Amino acid sequence: MLDILSDVDRWRADGQRVAVATVIRTVGSSPRPLGSKMAVSGDGGIAGSVSGGCIEGAVIEEAQSVLEDGQPKRLSYGISDELAWSVGLTCGGEVEVLVERIDG
Amino acid sequence: MGFDSLRRSLLAGERVVAFTRAEGGELGARLLVWPDGRSEGTLRDPELDRTALGLATADVLPATGLREIESVEVFVETYEPLPQLFVVGAVHVAIHLVHFARQLGFRTVVVDARSAFATAERFPHVDELVVEWPADYLARVPLHANTYCVFLTHDEKLDNPALQVALEAGVRYVGALGSSRTHSKRVAALRESGLADELIDRIHAPIGLDLGGRRPEEIAMAIAAELVAVRNGRQAAGKR
Repeated sequence: MLDILSDVDRWRADGQRVAVATVIRTVGSSPRPLGSKMAVSGDGGIAGSVSGGCIEGAVIEEAQSVLEDGQPKRLSYGISDELAWSVGLTCGGEVEVLVERIDG
Repeated sequence: MGFDSLRRSLLAGERVVAFTRAEGGELGARLLVWPDGRSEGTLRDPELDRTALGLATADVLPATGLREIESVEVFVETYEPLPQLFVVGAVHVAIHLVHFARQLGFRTVVVDARSAFATAERFPHVDELVVEWPADYLARVPLHANTYCVFLTHDEKLDNPALQVALEAGVRYVGALGSSRTHSKRVAALRESGLADELIDRIHAPIGLDLGGRRPEEIAMAIAAELVAVRNGRQAAGKR
């Protein structure tokens, strides 16, 4: 959380909307521990990470609707998931993230 | 989502437990609980809130992860205060060490009695810069089990009394710069002043993992690496 704070503070000071994705579940090998966070700003800024780079693109895409409507989303990525091939979770594990908009 | 309160607490170094509903229509509902029993927000179910409050005020705080509370899947996050690093000696190595330590998630404080060294110009990046006799300073601030102390002055008048304060307070890590010979002298002096051998044995000296470097930034890197090893439980409390 602390690793994303200064970016999040700056974006919010600029009046941008910010969404935060948190790793809430991991199975098997996964590069980022539970609670790891990535923040995404309305202008496309990115801070922190939720994997070794394999699912960030997909999470950022999903975060756009969260930024717009404020509805939190729980997302799953893993080899059992069709997305795995397109997203490419090379570590072979599974990751679930919760994406939510910061509303104060 | 309680972001602002969480942010304030983390920056203030408070422990806080965040509960977030991880399924169903109330996905994202959040309750923050401080171990003293204060709370903010709600999981939108009084029973759930009550059970969560109990978990977060117990002696052993819950581990970060998903768990079933009252048959509802909740993501629990326990935030511990930042580890703090006290650097005694505003020397060249300290400038680099503060850089690395901050990157690694330590709150950093540099203390030195010599105002010529402890200047904002040399340490624009430190969280707190203190011009004071190090032993006096360490004796008046809270030192806890998540505190790391590094002694870099090379001056036993400054280092040794402060070392004694840190060792007696039971901090997580104590490291002191200097060759084996310097360290033998230091050990003799600390014994002389009545410090127990088992405390003296806790000093990491020579300080830092052996990276073979001699430049200030390399020594700082070796010390930072040792701090990480200790934080991750890779090194016993004793010296290497």
